[in-house]
Amino acid sequence: MKIPRLTDTTLRDGDHAVSHSYTPEMVRTIVRNLDEAGVRIIEVSHGSGLNGSTIQQGFSTHSEFDLIKVAVETAKQAKIASLFVPGIGTSDELREAAEIGISVIRIAVHCTEADVTEQYFRLAKELGLEAVGFLMMSHTQPANVLVEQAKLMESYGADCVYVVDSAGALVQSGVRERVSALKEALTIEVGFHAHNNLGLAIGNTMTALEAGADQIDGTLRGLGAGAGNAPSEVLVAVLNKMNLDTGINLSILMDVAEEVVAPLMETPIVIDRDNLSSGYAGVYNSFLLHVRHAAEKFGVKASEIMEELGKRNAVAGQEDWILDVAVELAEKKGLKV
Amino acid sequence: MSKIKAAILGSGNIGTDLMYKILKNEGNMELALVAGIDPDSEGLARAQAKGIRTSHHGIAAILEDPEIKIVFDATSAKAHKLNAQSLRVKGKLAIDMTPAAIGPFVVPTVNMKEHIESMNVNLISCGGQATTPLVHAVNRVVPVHYAEVITTAASVSIGPGTRQNVDEFVRTTANAVQQVGGAKLARAIPVFNPAEPPINMTNSVYAVIKEEFDEGAVISSVQSIVAEISSYVPGYRLKGIPFIDYRETPWGRLPTVVIMNEVAGDGDFFPTYAGNLDIMTASAYKVGDLYAAHFLGSKEVSR
Ligand SMILES: NC(=O)c1ccc[n+]([C@@H]2O[C@H](COP(=O)([O-])OP(=O)(O)OC[C@H]3O[C@@H](n4cnc5c(N)ncnc54)[C@H](O)[C@@H]3O)[C@@H](O)[C@H]2O)c1
Repeated sequence: MKIPRLTDTTLRDGDHAVSHSYTPEMVRTIVRNLDEAGVRIIEVSHGSGLNGSTIQQGFSTHSEFDLIKVAVETAKQAKIASLFVPGIGTSDELREAAEIGISVIRIAVHCTEADVTEQYFRLAKELGLEAVGFLMMSHTQPANVLVEQAKLMESYGADCVYVVDSAGALVQSGVRERVSALKEALTIEVGFHAHNNLGLAIGNTMTALEAGADQIDGTLRGLGAGAGNAPSEVLVAVLNKMNLDTGINLSILMDVAEEVVAPLMETPIVIDRDNLSSGYAGVYNSFLLHVRHAAEKFGVKASEIMEELGKRNAVAGQEDWILDVAVELAEKKGLKV
Repeated sequence: MSKIKAAILGSGNIGTDLMYKILKNEGNMELALVAGIDPDSEGLARAQAKGIRTSHHGIAAILEDPEIKIVFDATSAKAHKLNAQSLRVKGKLAIDMTPAAIGPFVVPTVNMKEHIESMNVNLISCGGQATTPLVHAVNRVVPVHYAEVITTAASVSIGPGTRQNVDEFVRTTANAVQQVGGAKLARAIPVFNPAEPPINMTNSVYAVIKEEFDEGAVISSVQSIVAEISSYVPGYRLKGIPFIDYRETPWGRLPTVVIMNEVAGDGDFFPTYAGNLDIMTASAYKVGDLYAAHFLGSKEVSR
């Protein structure tokens, strides 16, 4: 097996879990530690990508460009990455992030909509950025569709395409099929991004590596949307045991996860009923806190909302459907809306 | 009764659906010509089958006919930028359905009267036609500090033009939410959903309010504008009753009016899920008809 490149996305995926409340001080501390530990890529942006500070996705308490600037200034070795979702971000924000000094942009779309990314891949390459494609909600499509979509991204100039298990809904056979199909069809690198709704974040990441993945994602303590991600420190420990030396210092990662990141969590991230129902129904993980808000407002169960969102095939960016579903469920129960 | 002669430029999806809308309505316009550039286009064949004069030489045939007073441009922003000047010189009103945005944005229920003497008007975007009147309906009761509109459409209903330029949709729609809707600040976010069977177009509006206001008055203002819109877009309806949700915003914890809307198409040329296309052609028809009435001087333009 190949030694993978690990991207730590505590400061991007984890942004959902802290309700977009990262401060420049937190970013400085986390980046300093990750950088010292030898993590090569650190992702920093709103959880929903550049310009994600909205009612729909949740407003940030601090300007994400200020946070990215702190990250760029703090990192001595590591490259800073940001996430970009077309429609949430526009070329303007991509340019601004590049100006501040990010080196990698990860361009994310629902896994059937790759053709909207062309404009942004071309711009990213013009700006001299490494450009990674993110096929979100990859569990919803079979391997052949993902291959088609990944090839479009490759043709636009992508340096790598990720199979993204946004809902934490894939089991190992599903990961193996998808990653190996992409490996076979593409000449560029392939990545895998896990969520832990079914308790498989680490296991699925290892399966992806067995299937040939070149890049993987983790977050400190698993701090990420919904059920969280594969914890970076656990990934490094497991890779060490497999004699795959990433060169990352495990003890620094363990310390920062324990002493800096764990205290940021309002409650520990566990596979509770809401997270399990979300993964089981195949619902985008960043919906969790919005679903809980709607459940409380309209007096319905979060897991019922999850189930219905799964039936309706909601995709990333459709937090407004949560309200719609909650209102309908409340009406059905005869609750006053 | 005499009618105003109109032409459609661009015989693609939008142009063809609009043709059926003009033909089925007994309004103030008569469709005199459908012009495209592709002699083999389905749109031109369908026009001929309906007995409408066609041309595949682009704008030339339209410019040659002095009787044509209204031109619907359903080509592309690039083509409209080239065509706008010659239409103006010939004294023809251009109803621009592309994102070129040369003329002012118009929405039938909001600002027609202001622009009734204009010679070039722009129809924003599908999301703009669906959401700016909702923002306006709130804003005429209490100032909207910030409006965010989310437009979700079935993937299959989104053509290559829009896909290659998502930025253009975002900017044009957000600008219109401010200029037409009246919001001080605005964001617009499109979402494409590939579910099968395809979903209807849905729109959500979040309007953040900074001052005390009468919730009931806001809700009835929204309901009344929805009734007006559904008179020309029959599939346009509210999903649930608009409600107030308190949200943490950069301006503090503030009441946010949440309006959810669905648009089903009329099925003239597109399947009914494509409410996003239908609202564009139905709005264009309505705008054209109001101008035609104005030209005839026969009816009063309502707004
Ligand atoms: N599809 C939508 O949801 C939607 C919604 C709102 C607005 N629009 C806008 O409406 C316009 C048309 O969209 P569409 O979906 O019908 O696209 P389309 O590609 O189906 O149609 C465009 C047509 O214009 C013709 N054309 C191009 N240049 C021309 C020229 N110079 N002279 C004459 N004809 C020319 C093409 O041959 C084609 O038939 C676009 O500007 C689009 O952005 C589309």
